[in-house]
Amino acid sequence: MTSALEFTGVEKRYGELAVLDGFELSVPRGEKLAIIGPSGSGKSTVLRIAMALEGIQRGRVELLGETLWDGAKRPPEKTLRRLRLHAGMVFQHFNLFPHMSALENVCCAPVDVLGVPRAQAQARGRELLEQVGLADKADSAPEQLSGGQKQRVAIARALAMEPAVMLFDEVTSALDPEMVGEVLNVLRDLAARSDMTMLLVTHEMQFAGEIADRIVFMDGGRVVEQGPPEQLLSQPSEPRTQAFLRSVLQPGRQAPAQD
Amino acid sequence: MNFDWGYALETLPGLLSGLVITLQATVLGMLVALTLGLLLAVLRHAGGRWIGGAARHFIEFVRSTPLLIQLYFLFYVLPGLGVTLSPLVTGVLALGVHYAAYCAEVYRAGINSVPRGQWEAAASLGYPAGARWRRIILPQAIPPVIPALGNYLIAMFKDTPLLSAITVMEVLQVAKIAGAESFRYLEPLTLVGVMFLVLSLTASRLVRRLEARYGRQARPA
Ligand SMILES: Nc1ncnc2c1ncn2[C@@H]1O[C@H](COP(=O)(O)OP(=O)(O)O)[C@@H](O)[C@H]1O
Ligand SMILES: [Mg+2]
Repeated sequence: MTSALEFTGVEKRYGELAVLDGFELSVPRGEKLAIIGPSGSGKSTVLRIAMALEGIQRGRVELLGETLWDGAKRPPEKTLRRLRLHAGMVFQHFNLFPHMSALENVCCAPVDVLGVPRAQAQARGRELLEQVGLADKADSAPEQLSGGQKQRVAIARALAMEPAVMLFDEVTSALDPEMVGEVLNVLRDLAARSDMTMLLVTHEMQFAGEIADRIVFMDGGRVVEQGPPEQLLSQPSEPRTQAFLRSVLQPGRQAPAQD
Repeated sequence: MNFDWGYALETLPGLLSGLVITLQATVLGMLVALTLGLLLAVLRHAGGRWIGGAARHFIEFVRSTPLLIQLYFLFYVLPGLGVTLSPLVTGVLALGVHYAAYCAEVYRAGINSVPRGQWEAAASLGYPAGARWRRIILPQAIPPVIPALGNYLIAMFKDTPLLSAITVMEVLQVAKIAGAESFRYLEPLTLVGVMFLVLSLTASRLVRRLEARYGRQARPA
């Protein structure tokens, strides 16, 4: 079977700055993959390229066996849009639609994009809100929700489109500490019960260790080391991985700036 | 020179029918300005190099030439091109297009104030361009600029007397004719001034209400 995501020799530059440089990553379908690494190492960029929000300069990216990016060539908007339907993304800063209630946030895209009848989309939206523990917040405006609640609505919103691949970009980094747990619980539950492919960029090492099938450590726009959680987290072989893990795991020391 | 109340009363019915024309021109011009302005703003943003560039140049061109010249141009040149429009329609068109250029800039500010994350969230949910604008971007971009649009519409209302230059029988034109017939300008012109004053003040108050409602809207993350 083809893999869910396939990055081959990907180069991504912003002007002079090479953000990804010969980046290689292959994600089998159904895998729960955690991506860790210092700030600025290109983790978000990987997800944004997979979500078709950013193009690349060189190399190739395939999503579910279809070519998404092939060098600097930009596929027609129609192709991008079709491929985007395979993937869903949850952002660090939620990006909920402020002019819609929680429920509308969740059911708007199925209605507007897929043409699902509104009543049916709303029923499904309520189920999803219940799944993330927010059944009672359906009619709340985003501004009335806490950060953790907003992020759970954002997860439900992405799930409503039933993507095959879900991309989570540091979804707990903008949250107050007491709200991190509720969002991680939703993700744990999701990872356990769904066969979606999940890519999670995270600074929560313990969480990554619990739910991931594999952890990838990135630095300087490349994969430096990867492996099963128990190996990568406890016996990393690369000095850079060791240094990074020391800096995040050691008590009393600050995690690298999260952005 | 005394204010002749009897004469003022005599001219009043004519002036009021002129005022009806003025208001018609304002409302129709407003509709043109609000819709064409929105179209220009969206094209400018989404139209790419050629269409977007054309929209930008058009906006710039219209904003840098006087409305009176645009009026004369449409009034005297269009018939030569085989397009015959009534003076009122010509006037509405000129007012509408002129203020569309200003409204486009106002809309643009609103569009630019929508955070990038909103575009990305919409794109990641698979929204096609049209629906992205309609459902996600414009509903956030427009409410905060409604007061600014209102102010331009008041400015347009106060520019309607220019239509007298192309023989539209709006309120100032009526006043000038009444004055020319009786050699008394004080009364009709005073009445016209008062009408504009009252209507503009009322409209300004309305805009301030809109400001209270939309202008200070919180912009959530
Ligand atoms: N739109 C952009 N323009 C210029 N530089 C960018 C842009 N987006 C990201 N970068 C740069 O690319 C590098 C990698 O960014 P990112 O993928 O966000 O890293 P990470 O998520 O690992 O912190 C950073 O140095 C960042 O400053
Ligand atoms: Mg990042």
